[in-house]
Amino acid sequence: MLGSLWLIPILCLAGAVVNLLLGAVKAPKPVVTIIGVGSVGAATLAAYGALWEYLHQPYTEIIERYFTWISAGEISVNASFQLDPLSAVMLAFVTVVGFLIHVYSVGYMQEESEAGYARYFAYLNLFMFAMLLLVLGSNLPVLFVGWEGVGLCSYLLIGYYYEKQWCAAAGSKAFIVNRIGDLGFLLAIFATFAVFGSVEFSEIFTAAAGHPEQYAGAATVIALLLFVGAIGKSAQIPLYVWLPDAMAGPTPVSALIHAATMVTAGVYIVARCNVFFRLSPTAMVVVAVVGGVTAIFAATIALVQNDIKKVLAYSTVSQLGYMFLAAGVGAFTIAIFHVVTHSFFKACLFLGSGSVIHANSGEQDLTRMGGLRRFMPTTYWTFLVATLAIAGIPIFAGFFSKDEILARAFAAGATDLNGFGDVYRVLWYLAVGGALLTAFYMFRAVYMTFHGAFRGGEEAEHHLHESPRSMTVPLIILGVLSIVGGFIGFPGQLFHKTGWNLIEDFLHPVILPLGEAHGVAAATEHTVHGVSFGTEWLLVGISVAVAVVGWLIARRFYVGEGAFALPRKLADRLPLIHKLLFNKYWIDEIYSALIIRPVHRLAIFLWRIIDELIIDTLFINGAAFTVELTGDVLRFIQTGNVRNYALAVAAAVLALAAILW
Amino acid sequence: MTPAEMVPVPYTWVLALSAVLFAIGAVGVLLRRNGIAIFLSLEIMLNSANLAFAAFAYRFAAGHATAAAALDGQIFVFFIIAVAAAEAAVGLALFIVLHRLKDSIDVDRANILRW
Repeated sequence: MLGSLWLIPILCLAGAVVNLLLGAVKAPKPVVTIIGVGSVGAATLAAYGALWEYLHQPYTEIIERYFTWISAGEISVNASFQLDPLSAVMLAFVTVVGFLIHVYSVGYMQEESEAGYARYFAYLNLFMFAMLLLVLGSNLPVLFVGWEGVGLCSYLLIGYYYEKQWCAAAGSKAFIVNRIGDLGFLLAIFATFAVFGSVEFSEIFTAAAGHPEQYAGAATVIALLLFVGAIGKSAQIPLYVWLPDAMAGPTPVSALIHAATMVTAGVYIVARCNVFFRLSPTAMVVVAVVGGVTAIFAATIALVQNDIKKVLAYSTVSQLGYMFLAAGVGAFTIAIFHVVTHSFFKACLFLGSGSVIHANSGEQDLTRMGGLRRFMPTTYWTFLVATLAIAGIPIFAGFFSKDEILARAFAAGATDLNGFGDVYRVLWYLAVGGALLTAFYMFRAVYMTFHGAFRGGEEAEHHLHESPRSMTVPLIILGVLSIVGGFIGFPGQLFHKTGWNLIEDFLHPVILPLGEAHGVAAATEHTVHGVSFGTEWLLVGISVAVAVVGWLIARRFYVGEGAFALPRKLADRLPLIHKLLFNKYWIDEIYSALIIRPVHRLAIFLWRIIDELIIDTLFINGAAFTVELTGDVLRFIQTGNVRNYALAVAAAVLALAAILW
Repeated sequence: MTPAEMVPVPYTWVLALSAVLFAIGAVGVLLRRNGIAIFLSLEIMLNSANLAFAAFAYRFAAGHATAAAALDGQIFVFFIIAVAAAEAAVGLALFIVLHRLKDSIDVDRANILRW
């Protein structure tokens, strides 16, 4: 398949187009299913064919140019795809997780109308197309098309139930907030072209890495602008507000777009442009701080949410924060590793929650669930496995990636990375605190959903059922991946072994070495050796300990005798904190007061005063009115009497003579 | 009077006469309502201009060595006479048409082209 990488996204695009047409004629659902799932299945096979060939050839970077897309003056942009270790990893999990979620959707969306079902799969296929474009693009503009494409599909799918006003509003919110980030991204592309005269990854990174001193300043600007884009797409502080609202979309969409793939695009772009970030200690520390603070901030909100999808949404924001923290301490490969493991367990969690919601007649409130373990064992076990993974319990996928992130953050503090050692040390504490909270809120969700007695009433209890095969099979596969997925990044250094950390070794070529004797480069390259062997084991112990403590607190709070009594007492004891967290720090309200309402008022001012009054009335109608009025008066000069005209001519001549005298 | 006592007319006098004629013509154009009279006044204005040309030709010939330079103004006079003749032909034709329409050549009665 190597040599025709274009086939992979085009298959998905074809599926989208066909499904849109099928939706127009209200084709039966099985036909839509075959097209929708089949196209992504075919794309997955094509992708793995390409990956297989890629692994069996000597080059680390394959670039396929198809045609010149933009050619104007000095700008020349090719429509071209690139397969390198980073794209390969992304391609591998995006296609598999995407395919599984397509399969799952068949069961989940079965109750929709024919037209709605086709529309759903058309958008989902279109999303896969855009995501693959994003992952495969070999230059910034092609990547940007994918970047905007996934944003569009995100908007369309969040607003899938557009008849409901709040769903449509959530879609708009996601789109608008993302635009803020996209502006940064666009400026980054312009800046890249201005500085390097090229937007091809292979050219700009080689140039920047070859002359670190020369490009350090430009790299800071470009890296920070790119990071603005990443903040928007990957829902970091301060632009994270759209992601919790994005849960208005169907649950498989939340799993695919708002957990596993699209929101990790920001991490991808940071890892892709790691050269720029490593050239700029400022950009690195900004990335780390935003990531670390988001990680714990979102985790605290997740502690008290009662909507199961909201818990998972804030958890996603928090986990994305960990990824950026990893990138910010120079561990770009670990960030991508966490992207991969996160996509497994978070997709599993979201699909599990979808299964619960499906069984529970659309109920999403944790306080109206409980005891579902008996009714839906498959969902329970897969959800539990994914929870163990996200909490960081050893051998599960999340343990390896999260532990490595914590270790690298600690090492960054210990080795005083780029002279920001104090900042990194604080971030490590935040990250460890976040890990404790993560374990707590995830087990809280598990216990409230699956343990104890059912709290939703007898009526709802009768309807409880395990989900159909098309939903449970993807759950099981993702559950298995949540268990074994972490071993691709096995920390061999803990056992004095090299070559065990497959993903890090595989991704290593993406981290271009910077020019000789550059301080930044040296520091980032060697953080992994910055702490002693004993300390590393101690760090593993700490991260396991906090995970277990979080688990045990959740167990104490929500299981058995006196369940719910303790948390309620705690909430009563600390009413202020509980209120603060429960209301998500009133961030939405603050944004509304500080930004949205002033902007809204400004818009009304511009509309009513500037546009309607000044431009329309004063300038446009005013000009016409003035001309008409003047004409009305001046036409009386035309007396029709030739002697009057002669007098006017004579007077004018006299006047001219007088002036020119 | 002996030739020695014959003083040439200063050109300024001629210009003054030209100005007086021009003013008479202009007033005639502005005040008369009879088309033919306006026309005659117009001819007076044109001829005052001719006179001015001739006066200047006379004045500037003194400073010039060649006869051609002195003739500039006089040549203009012939142009004006030719144009005035053409204009007279067109003007008279207009008044004939006007008379057919209005039974009069009073220009104040030809005033329908207005607001």
